[in-house]
Amino acid sequence: MTEPTRPIIQIQNVSKRFGKVTAVDNVSLDINAGEFFVLLGPSGCGKTTLLRMIAGFELPTEGRILIDGQDMAGIPPNKRPVNMVFQSYAVFPHMSVADNVAYGLKIAGVKGGEVKDRVAEALDLVKLGGFESRMPDQMSGGQRQRVALARSLVMRPKVLLLDEPLSALDAKLRAQMQFELSELQEKVGITFVTVTHDQDEALSMACRIAVINKGDVAQLAAPSDLYEYPANRFVADFVGSVNIFEGKLTLDEPDKAAVDCPGLGKVYLNHGVTGPHGADVWVALRPEKIYLHVPGAGKAVTAAAQDAPDGHNFARGRIKGMSYLGDITLFEIELETGARIRVSRPNLSRHDQEDFTWDDKVSMHWRADSPVVLLG
Amino acid sequence: MARFARTPIAPLEYSRTLWMRLWVGAVMLFLYAPLIVLVIFSFNDSKRNVVWRGFTTKYYEKALGNDQLVEALLNSLSIAALATIASLALGTVAAVMLWRFRFPLKGAIDGTISLPIIVPEICLGVAFLMFFAAVGWPTDLIWPFNLGAITIAHITFCFPFVTMVVRSRLATFNREQEEAAKDLGASEWQVFRDVLIPHIKPALVAGALLSFTLSLDDFVITYFTSGPDTITFPVKVYSMVRFSVTPEVNAASTLLIALTVALTFVALKAQGVKAIAETH
Repeated sequence: MTEPTRPIIQIQNVSKRFGKVTAVDNVSLDINAGEFFVLLGPSGCGKTTLLRMIAGFELPTEGRILIDGQDMAGIPPNKRPVNMVFQSYAVFPHMSVADNVAYGLKIAGVKGGEVKDRVAEALDLVKLGGFESRMPDQMSGGQRQRVALARSLVMRPKVLLLDEPLSALDAKLRAQMQFELSELQEKVGITFVTVTHDQDEALSMACRIAVINKGDVAQLAAPSDLYEYPANRFVADFVGSVNIFEGKLTLDEPDKAAVDCPGLGKVYLNHGVTGPHGADVWVALRPEKIYLHVPGAGKAVTAAAQDAPDGHNFARGRIKGMSYLGDITLFEIELETGARIRVSRPNLSRHDQEDFTWDDKVSMHWRADSPVVLLG
Repeated sequence: MARFARTPIAPLEYSRTLWMRLWVGAVMLFLYAPLIVLVIFSFNDSKRNVVWRGFTTKYYEKALGNDQLVEALLNSLSIAALATIASLALGTVAAVMLWRFRFPLKGAIDGTISLPIIVPEICLGVAFLMFFAAVGWPTDLIWPFNLGAITIAHITFCFPFVTMVVRSRLATFNREQEEAAKDLGASEWQVFRDVLIPHIKPALVAGALLSFTLSLDDFVITYFTSGPDTITFPVKVYSMVRFSVTPEVNAASTLLIALTVALTFVALKAQGVKAIAETH
């Protein structure tokens, strides 16, 4: 994007308490105009409460929310320049599709002719042209969701809020809707703020993701940064799958570092960590970043030199578990230290899954820039 | 042998089994035999109405020519209409209030709102008699204001029924619809009119039907609250029966049955039977 980023929603030191339970704990974040923003977190983390506070259905206990520079304190949901697509879609069952979509316009006092044009335009946008006179009970869940989308988009809000938009759809439809939502967002240029607990959904649709844990922002980053450079163990573990080993930082220089892990052995990195020497740290290693192969027979000087390319880390183990998933096979390997590590291996040819089986001795290696050292 | 060539009865096809048909027949007979006898004997050409003596419609003419009976019927219909409208308004508001809001003494109100249904009718009747006497309720008002006491008594036992059916319907309301409407700019009133009322409409129709029929056929409470000029249909029929059971009473009752059935039919048609069934 070439235009300068401008925050459309500013959440400033917002907390929300229900009695003694703190749902949202002093959150501050800016959502930029025109971006697809995702609030990602496990259920009960406060992400939906945050969304409902933006919509105005909940009021912050502390802090303030600004939409397009305007403080939303005291402004009820029906006066806010945002619209929401609800988890249950909340399509009005006694109104036809056209009446559903026209409802907000009629309340706003838009004239009949314009209502008709805008309803048709909104329905075309969500690919429901020609469905005007259908009743909601004659439609599938996916179609009802499109009605809910059109009903909100027709209002031309500054921000569209979506609460778990894909959770009720089956896997195939969900994948398709992920693409369609991204496409739609680019087409209409409205800021989308989505709440989800599904990391695939978040990674595939978002410009930026805020991972929420226990009412707080655990990390705010672009999808690839979130995956490749998680800021802490919670994010590393919640987004994607990961092996985490506890260890001590024994070497930390600008161009190299080493962590001594009781479970994994000594892990070398080709960059600095900037943590205090001897500090307790965690090494996070994604299963797909580990190469797996049959241990070479031989007379090599060091074990590492035997199997691993230069500069790679190295480990040995025995296969204790396997699950064949079609595109990849997932291995659970017991290391020589007794710790377990998960490794995934793409099935690049049809017979790849036959290369290994239970109790096979294997060796593993990974690049020196693959592990992520986490301080928290 | 063609009878035996038909498809065998499937395990869940109860409606085709003999014992089920017999059972349904017995239930129908039990429910409707008295009514059928009543209707048949309204055409009986006999003063005493015990033995069938031939067909006639003269007792319908006689019933419709009986000014007191017609007046009682008009009274009953007026009271039922007024009581239904008031019960709908009061019952719906009470149901929405109990469902939507938290307020002091909510538990007490919730627990006692259906008391008029539970309290024996005779007690309620006596209570109203005492109450109207105690407050010095005027008995010499002109029509329809002289029906006030009876109407108030009827509203008392009708509106809890409306509250009950509306509440059970509200329990199935998806609150996100209310939020969606507000999100689209609707005010509280617009949410109520455009989203909540359409949702509870089947319950409103059911509640109206209940109120109307309960009011129309109430005898006990009405008996205690009616004056000499405010005889209702059931009270009038009772006084007629005390002299003798003539086919005139049968004819009048048949007309009333026909009227209620017609009203119910119209209401069901207006709403769609499916929606009514959903309420229960």
